[in-house]
Amino acid sequence: MYVFDTLTHRLKRGCETMAYPHGPAPALPDRHGGALRVDAAKCADGCTACVPVCPTEAITHPPGQPMALDLGRCIFCSACVEICPVKAITHTDDHRMAVRSRADLVLGAPGAEELRLASALDEKLRRLFGRSLRLRQVSAGGCAACEADVNVLGTIGWDLGRFGIQFVASPRHADGLLITGPVTKSMELALMKGWNAVPEPKIVIAVGACAIAGGPFVGHPEVLNGAEALLPVDLFIPGCPPHPLTILDGLLRLLDRLDGEKSSTS
Amino acid sequence: MSASSFVLLGNGASLPWSTIPEWPVASFIRETSAQLERGGRLCSFFGVKDGAAVRLVAIVAFDADNLLAAGRSEPVDDRFPSLTLLHPQAHLFEREIWEQFGLIPEGHPWLKPVRRGAGTAPANGEFFRVDGPEIHEVAVGPIHAGIIEPGHFRFQCDGEEVIHLEIALGYQHRGVERALAGGPHRATLAQIETASGDATIAHATAHAMLMESLGGVEAPLQAQWIRALALELERLANHTGDIGALANDVAFLPTSSACGKIRGDFLNLTALLCGNRFGRGLVRPGGCHYDLDTERTSTLLARLKSSLADVEQAAAWFWDAASVRSRFESVGTVSAQQAAEIGLVGPAARACGLVRDVRYDHPAGWHRLAQAPVAVWPSGDVFARARVRSLEIQRSGAFLVDQLAATPGGAIHEAPPPPAPDTLAVALTEGWRGEVCHVALTDAAGRFRRYKIVDPSFHNWMGLALALRGQAISDFPICNKSFNLSYCGFDL
Repeated sequence: MYVFDTLTHRLKRGCETMAYPHGPAPALPDRHGGALRVDAAKCADGCTACVPVCPTEAITHPPGQPMALDLGRCIFCSACVEICPVKAITHTDDHRMAVRSRADLVLGAPGAEELRLASALDEKLRRLFGRSLRLRQVSAGGCAACEADVNVLGTIGWDLGRFGIQFVASPRHADGLLITGPVTKSMELALMKGWNAVPEPKIVIAVGACAIAGGPFVGHPEVLNGAEALLPVDLFIPGCPPHPLTILDGLLRLLDRLDGEKSSTS
Repeated sequence: MSASSFVLLGNGASLPWSTIPEWPVASFIRETSAQLERGGRLCSFFGVKDGAAVRLVAIVAFDADNLLAAGRSEPVDDRFPSLTLLHPQAHLFEREIWEQFGLIPEGHPWLKPVRRGAGTAPANGEFFRVDGPEIHEVAVGPIHAGIIEPGHFRFQCDGEEVIHLEIALGYQHRGVERALAGGPHRATLAQIETASGDATIAHATAHAMLMESLGGVEAPLQAQWIRALALELERLANHTGDIGALANDVAFLPTSSACGKIRGDFLNLTALLCGNRFGRGLVRPGGCHYDLDTERTSTLLARLKSSLADVEQAAAWFWDAASVRSRFESVGTVSAQQAAEIGLVGPAARACGLVRDVRYDHPAGWHRLAQAPVAVWPSGDVFARARVRSLEIQRSGAFLVDQLAATPGGAIHEAPPPPAPDTLAVALTEGWRGEVCHVALTDAAGRFRRYKIVDPSFHNWMGLALALRGQAISDFPICNKSFNLSYCGFDL
């Protein structure tokens, strides 16, 4: 009876894996807002309304310079968007946020109103990892949300395996680390042991505001303010946590697997 | 003052610090012990700096009476008689007091660090060791095989059988409580929301209740309603994920695959409320940041009903399969007596037959007006912990469908007045793992002199250690998943 039930249910449900990236991306929740855009030219002289409302001190506006918003630190609470009197900071509703360089996350300067999205790995690494990437995930102070939204990519809706990307149990089987959390001092030894066990060539992916810059814990003496304190990071995926679609976009962008979509602006 | 007893208060109430009864420390420990013997349960037990010395504070819950009780010691600077000897539920609290303030709980049977760092790793201290020619030791972690937080498990085994499991945490320590002191700061809410990031609503609601209580106000009814809804959505997502993870660990893939997806569907319902799948930014002191209008309510209800039908189906496959049931029955058993002694909370306690649920025992906010039946199962094993989750999925679902029928309406946010000075406030919420307890003590300026968070995992990790006694080590994964505790909520 049970086998029959299961089979009929499966037939009824059909394939539950989303069409993306070969079809349209699923919509972000309408209250999500996506990446931010900063038009610092709109800022009134001396206005610093957004600076003190930012919980992670991601916004600076020194006199005589354009306002700068660091999306690496940002936890996307929208407090700055809501308080800005001239709409200099706006939602783009764009899920794409992954970048290759830390500086590409800083918005505000002329020409840097939006994120400079990640380019693919170089030819040599792309040939090695482009069709088969094995990652060891290390949570180093992560709150379980980034971990959950990385995990969800393995479920039937997202099916990360179809891109040849897989999370493995041993760092010796991995091509790199995917790091979450602000990197606590108490995880430094374990993280470095994990890293040293990954064979060359290898990459590092930092997922979430914590792993990029310390997130809500930035500046705490108990944390190292992100993965870059210890390791060279190849891909930064902002968010608190990043939406699974943002993480998937980042991974595919890195491997140049987004057919038909411009994957590089740098 | 010494003849009187602990002062009573309700969940979400606050009292002037000066009205909390105090005793010399030895009498205070005796008095706390008497409260626990009368049927009390230790919610929180911590130190507060007082000049160069430290006062101990105990918050005790009388679940059947729907009351909390608070007491404190006079300042003490070196030692106190251990409460753990009579009441094992105090053991971690006393280790923490020793770690944070250097006070020695005299007679504590296993005094060692809780989460303190030592260079590039936690100060684990010595592990309990069993000796003998047949005995071997197994070390697991801090990095585990899956995409999961770090922690260390040390097993003493006789062949396949686990004689003793010791759990060493601290890898996730981010300095949350230390940073909260002196606040509220601008990062405070974000730190509360990520204290245990898959229980954001439970922690944020407890914090908001404290801020409102310290300000002498209540959140608008509409906001209390939205918080209650979000708390059950959080429970649905996590319980569904746990059922799927348990199915995966016994290689029962239909339920595992289905629940992985349905969990995401529930997270997306929270995102429908506030844009974030984990409820970040929804709960604020004074109310909620996002409203739930009629149109959004009907969208939420339609999607909820469809996901509830899906999870009902996936759970039915699971419970119908004798192969699943036989893997779970009589594995990882914790008795009701053990559960009471070590102070288990949440589904882990209810799976030992204890009726223990903040929504029912200490209703605050919307739960004063609407409740779901408490789900209990008596057998204390992995089966019971899975069963309680399954029942709670049904009951949370029915509660949500019921509550979404009508909205109280009105404002969603009114900024609370600044916190009252020199005041102690206590708030409990029933997160999906169990009781979340926040205690705030303000200073003369109304800033946090002390902010104490007790995540349910702080009580419950010991339950996992006991569940493993006498089990095959190969059953560790299903025992662990059946608790699914938070590492960061413990490490803070």
